[in-house]
Amino acid sequence: MATKILTEHINVPGIETFDVYRKQGGYTAVEKALKTMTPEAVVEEVKKAGVRGRGGAGFPMGMKWSFLAKPEGVPRYLVCNADESEPGTFKDHYLMKNIPHLLIEGMIISSFALGANKSFIYVRGELMYVIHILEKAIAEAKAKGFLGKNILGSGYDLELVVQPGGGAYICGEETALLESLEGKRGNPRNKPPFPAVKGLYQCPTVVNNVESIATTAWIVNNGGDAYAGIGIGRSTGTKLISASGHINKPGVYEIELGVPVEDFIYADEWCGGIRPGHKFKALVAGGSSVPILPANLALTLANGEKRLMSYESLSDGGFATGTMLGSGGFIVFDETSCIVRNTWNFSRFYHHESCGQCSPCREGTGWMEKVLHRIEHGHGHQHDIDLLVDVAKKIEGNTICPLGDAAAWPVASAIRHFRDEFMWHITNPQEATQPGAVYRGDLALV
Amino acid sequence: MEETKPQLLRVTIDGIQVEVEPGTTILQAARKIGPEVAPPAMCYYQPLKGSGGKCRACLVRVAAGSEKDPRPMPKLVASCLTPVQDGMVVENTTNPQVIDARNGVVEFLLLNHPLDCPVCDQAGECDLQNFAFDHGKATTRYEEDRRTFEKNDLGPYIQLHMTRCILCYRCVYTADQITNKRVHGVLNRGDASEISTYIEKAIDNDFSGNVIDVCPVGALTDKTYRFKNRVWFTKPVDAHRDCPTCSGKVTLWYRGDEVIRVTARKNEWSEVTEFICNTCRFETKKTSDWTIEGPTKVSRASVISANKYRADAIKPSFGQRLAAAEYKPIHDERDTTQLSIQQLPPERFAKLPSAES
Repeated sequence: MATKILTEHINVPGIETFDVYRKQGGYTAVEKALKTMTPEAVVEEVKKAGVRGRGGAGFPMGMKWSFLAKPEGVPRYLVCNADESEPGTFKDHYLMKNIPHLLIEGMIISSFALGANKSFIYVRGELMYVIHILEKAIAEAKAKGFLGKNILGSGYDLELVVQPGGGAYICGEETALLESLEGKRGNPRNKPPFPAVKGLYQCPTVVNNVESIATTAWIVNNGGDAYAGIGIGRSTGTKLISASGHINKPGVYEIELGVPVEDFIYADEWCGGIRPGHKFKALVAGGSSVPILPANLALTLANGEKRLMSYESLSDGGFATGTMLGSGGFIVFDETSCIVRNTWNFSRFYHHESCGQCSPCREGTGWMEKVLHRIEHGHGHQHDIDLLVDVAKKIEGNTICPLGDAAAWPVASAIRHFRDEFMWHITNPQEATQPGAVYRGDLALV
Repeated sequence: MEETKPQLLRVTIDGIQVEVEPGTTILQAARKIGPEVAPPAMCYYQPLKGSGGKCRACLVRVAAGSEKDPRPMPKLVASCLTPVQDGMVVENTTNPQVIDARNGVVEFLLLNHPLDCPVCDQAGECDLQNFAFDHGKATTRYEEDRRTFEKNDLGPYIQLHMTRCILCYRCVYTADQITNKRVHGVLNRGDASEISTYIEKAIDNDFSGNVIDVCPVGALTDKTYRFKNRVWFTKPVDAHRDCPTCSGKVTLWYRGDEVIRVTARKNEWSEVTEFICNTCRFETKKTSDWTIEGPTKVSRASVISANKYRADAIKPSFGQRLAAAEYKPIHDERDTTQLSIQQLPPERFAKLPSAES
């Protein structure tokens, strides 16, 4: 049985209440941290653990914490990014809904480590019922003395605020989130200055994903070295993967990083294989914004070795033959799915969610969507494929925030790996626009 | 006691070195060198705090971060916001990647632009027109319908053409920083974003007219000047008057003896330095109201002066600069003694007319 850090007690009945959570060993980490450790020691443990940001970028959490500026007389803030809106990702939702106290425990520890006396959980607006669950849990924790003034007699005060977002994907970008939290339009800020220097209300701020913050409870209890012992290489610990698509058992799974992709898809413990009678065609490994991979490259690296579920292995080969772990939105496609239609769908999402602040993303996402719409509906031209590649190239890296990259990568990668399928749509518009028509040509199905 | 001067930072932009004070951005350092190396700016506006970073027209490549850390920056950076560091090496017009990105930005900005320059009042003094002239192409790859907007009335003085807008946010910053109350802003998201007042409220403010001057395109124009004339047929004259609300320093635009438009004075980067009030701009249009100072200095390269775009005058050394950056000596390893030119008798050359004669 694989180690479970976040979801060990998730199936215990009543775990969303304080008493049951406490009985399962909850809030011991808060006691340990506040009574026996200094904030610096907590930061040190998290650094040792080597947790990489679980929101998608994979930036080491301990390093992010150590960048936090600490000027005198200025408050510092911790903001939990629970604005999970990436298509294919639903792990934070699962965690907050089922075991809200784990997040709250993590928030207390992280806020203590960073010296924040007021911390925010910015929850996606669509998840109103989760907000109610969190607020109830916070009220319970406050009643038991784990939040508020002088927590457990340690002299440390913490107020936790749950803030619903307006339902914009862009507010998952950390600086747009801060703008939104300040009550402004959710436009990403130009960096530098980074939030660690000037964040919420121009004060030093750390923004972390729900899953990253939730791991701190286990790290404090068991030590950073124990956490670093799990996983493979620089991908330490466990990761929640939201598996969806044409698999037998979709759902959220906690895996130790380093599990082979093949095992994750086919083992009964996890996805349970491709649905019966069908073959594996393509994989989006980390949410809609990462490059899509054909089945053969998803399972093996370019050099023939098995591809593993880790930050390094998934990005092996760069974008030519690799992808990214991203936020862990694992979408599996079988041979009945049309890559062109899927790419158009992703593109439509980014067009809809672009904030419209900087020109390449504002105009480029709409352009890509329109061209893909045309190809999908049988009005494409042969030069459209190169046009898409060129537009994607001109958006990528030239925007304020990573949404431009996120919009460009799926399009560029789909064309890179499935160019024939795009070509088939363009040259056989009659056939391709039939309901349910899918390219059956030369594909590396597994 | 000797005053301690701040350490000047040395920056190299397109091979030209300049010394600037700490805190200067790359764009400002480039402007210090001159218009040939200054990156175009569609949204950055030096007098407005917080502007910039949105249009991505001023992207440059930082080939070396600083003296201490000479690694190049991984992505192109917005020069209007990136502060310089000592020993920084910036590639602007000499880098094909930058040129390519800029071509992309022009294309993106023109994608949904109506291209109605023939009927647009801004034509001739339009930043987007200049930018497209420098970096754009004559053809488009866009086949879809262009985005349009419902007409929106902003009151008696300001005409809003939302279809022309490039969402630079300059007018928003102007209303925030110059006027005492902002009633307009950006509504909606993505390519549906639009500048508007909430539920068609008129902009009513003493300094509201300044949004017309800061607008880089013809999205915000002067209703009192609409369709009156083309800018290159008018004569700009500097003038001033005693104004109780503003500095009163303006440019009058004459057609014959008639003042047809009043604007604030702009510097060579078409930035207003002293904002003017609505009374000066819209209601004081008689020569007798003003003290004339003399003709406004207009760059020879400007459309206003030349009546047309002059490719030679705008960026004289651009082509050569790019060619020089791209130039690589040919490594010809063939045995030159075998070439026929070597075998020709020297007297054959003597017969050719020499360079001196």
